Amino acid sequence: MKLTGAQALIKSLEMEQVEVMFGLPGGAILPVYDPIIESTIRHILVRHEQGAGHMAEGYAHATGRPGVAMVTSGPAATNIVTPLCDAYMDSIPLVCVTGQVARSAIGTDAFQECDTTGITMAVTKHNWLVTDAQDIPQVVAEAFHVATTGRPGPVLIDLPKDVSNATMDWYWPNGVDLPGYKPTTRGHPRMIREAARLIASAQRPVIYAGGGILKARAAEALRALVDDTGIPVVTTLMARGAFPDDHPMCLGMPGMHGNYTAVTAMQKADLLIALGSRFDDRVTGKVSAFAPEAKVVHVDIDPAELGKVRRPDVPIVGDCRLVIEELVAAVRQQTEPEPVPDRGPWIDQIRQWQRQYPLAYDRNPPDGVLKPQFVVESLRDATPDDTIVVAGVGQHQMWTSQYWRFNHPYTWVNSGGLGTMGFAVPAAIGAKVGRPDRTVWAVDGDGCFQMTAQELVTASAERIPVKIAILNNAYLGMVRQWQEMFYDERYSEVYLSPDLPDYVKWADAMGCVGLRVEAPEEVGPAIDKANEIDDRPVVIDFRTDSSEKVFPMVPAGGSNDDIVVDPAHGEGGR
Amino acid sequence: MAPAKGNQPRHHILSVTVENRAGVLARVAGLFSRRGYNIYSLAVAPTDDERFSRITIVVDVESSPLEQVTKQLFKLINVVKISELDPAEATERELVLATVRAEPKSRGEVIELVQVFEGRIVDVGYDQLTVMLAGAPSKLDDFEDLMRSYGIVELQRTGRVALPKLERQAPRLRSVSGAVG
Ligand SMILES: Cc1ncc(C[n+]2csc(CCOP(=O)(O)OP(=O)(O)O)c2C)c(N)n1
Repeated sequence: MKLTGAQALIKSLEMEQVEVMFGLPGGAILPVYDPIIESTIRHILVRHEQGAGHMAEGYAHATGRPGVAMVTSGPAATNIVTPLCDAYMDSIPLVCVTGQVARSAIGTDAFQECDTTGITMAVTKHNWLVTDAQDIPQVVAEAFHVATTGRPGPVLIDLPKDVSNATMDWYWPNGVDLPGYKPTTRGHPRMIREAARLIASAQRPVIYAGGGILKARAAEALRALVDDTGIPVVTTLMARGAFPDDHPMCLGMPGMHGNYTAVTAMQKADLLIALGSRFDDRVTGKVSAFAPEAKVVHVDIDPAELGKVRRPDVPIVGDCRLVIEELVAAVRQQTEPEPVPDRGPWIDQIRQWQRQYPLAYDRNPPDGVLKPQFVVESLRDATPDDTIVVAGVGQHQMWTSQYWRFNHPYTWVNSGGLGTMGFAVPAAIGAKVGRPDRTVWAVDGDGCFQMTAQELVTASAERIPVKIAILNNAYLGMVRQWQEMFYDERYSEVYLSPDLPDYVKWADAMGCVGLRVEAPEEVGPAIDKANEIDDRPVVIDFRTDSSEKVFPMVPAGGSNDDIVVDPAHGEGGR
Repeated sequence: MAPAKGNQPRHHILSVTVENRAGVLARVAGLFSRRGYNIYSLAVAPTDDERFSRITIVVDVESSPLEQVTKQLFKLINVVKISELDPAEATERELVLATVRAEPKSRGEVIELVQVFEGRIVDVGYDQLTVMLAGAPSKLDDFEDLMRSYGIVELQRTGRVALPKLERQAPRLRSVSGAVG
């Protein structure tokens, strides 16, 4: 069967069971947009290519399936670099197709030419410049294989226009041939035994669960490990939901804005079992002072993570789910040491920290202002337990991760590694496309919202009913917090007018329902109303307290021992 | 070449087998520059198997950061194999082509030195000679130093290639008892 390169590309995507793709056409990718008309694949036309990338990420976060984005050459390709980098940092499987100028024009500074593979080399797991239409099915199969196996990540296929127009003989490859790519999935048996031995003899162990748990679909395995061993678990920003917050052994989030118990339990641990976590500086604080007494068992599919920040006592390369299952079996067989150490005092100590330093904010502010934490709690309480929650980047992101109760995996969609403002709106749209059965709420900042709000036009046009809660504190709040704490309250270029734009009118103009909430008593009714609307997006402009800060906080570069808790604890924050 | 400082050797030779695909060299070189490491020398050529090329990279860096670079390098999809050669356990060779001044009065001396170093004169001008010399990098360094006093007009080195040194002794016969199937 003869096909054009463009037809072969679309057919290859169909062979990979792609059901939806996000994109925006243009000259160099035009040939490929033509066969989309006949394709079973749903195409969602975005308003900005950054939106396409984040939608694909949101889709991948929520479904575990690779997200697909397709855009044209030049400025379209550069617009999608941010989502690629975001996906690279957070190990999100993404397949991005970019148009390219004809092969004869490559390297001539032709109109809308840019060196897309060169630009994206550092932010993709791999990329391909296709030079022969005959290679297209092979490249697509390789791209999906690379994006979804091992440590998942974004890949990019750059497709010159003349290659799309050329003809090829259709085939579908029966495998990929990548001699340099063979991820290790099973743990080394000796290391597993060694880890089981450390686990059995530890007195103050903590499981440090990272986003890799979710990538490996290892939430159930983790649960089994905890139920067998009774070891408490911290869930990083990327791992929220990987272990239920309601479980008695769940300590919540560690790190710069983690809660006191999670941070301190790691600091005092004698064993850290790091599962799919990467010792990010936002978690460790000052590395040399991090968990000084802890031995480390580190499990990761990516060998480069082992020893990158902290040298593990037991490094285990492998797929988190398989390795945890192997660990569970090894722990069950473990007969030594006798007697097993008594972990009662450790758990008692943890319970005491939890009682002494719960997350706190002023619940009865004298002037009746709206506290952002209260908004998050109200949202949490008024929505179904399996609601998918998406956040932007800033204070609102931290409050959401702190005050939501994540009891199910794949309910938290977030830009952790890159910290991309403007992530929430498009990512929420992508998540809702992937999981139309779920309620999807984005909690966004007023600064973040203004970066990608136009994608709500996409949502309205495509009838994707996401819900957006703007915590409008009239500031680039997280930056304001740093200026307040570390720059003597010299507020430089962080004030955003609370009334500009008029978010209700803006929402309205974009085909959404817009609501405004100014006082605590209006919060519940507005959320209820938003939850009832299911035929279009809803935006609620919550006017929140500008001066509220995120606590606890470990100052950047500081030791986790120097964690500062909320002044609401009444001890001046320490 | 920077000599070893302290106990840890800083000079490392990486021998990297890569798939013969467009852009591989950029990916490899980019990885070093992104992490702030200078490549001291780089030599690339196809291997006997046309699907693969070998890149020999010499870096001057301490072992622990190098380990991270090596692991990152191995994550590149087109990288098939990486071996690190201990400079003490490797045979290293490099080639230099140098055009040196050789006025009639000094010409004899230059020719003599080239012969001592087992180099070859590959081109002759009225007051210059072009010389070729292959050998261990340190020998090339010495030659370069000596030639400098006569005047180096132009000089090019290839970057080094290396192979592991061979076993000096026949391996002991392995016990076969207990071997099953
Ligand atoms: C694209 C981008 N630009 C800048 C930053 C730096 N930054 C981090 S948080 C933040 C402020 C976010 O403000 P807002 O969206 O209003 O959220 P808030 O912190 O007030 O909740 C900024 C500017 C970033 N993370 N991403």
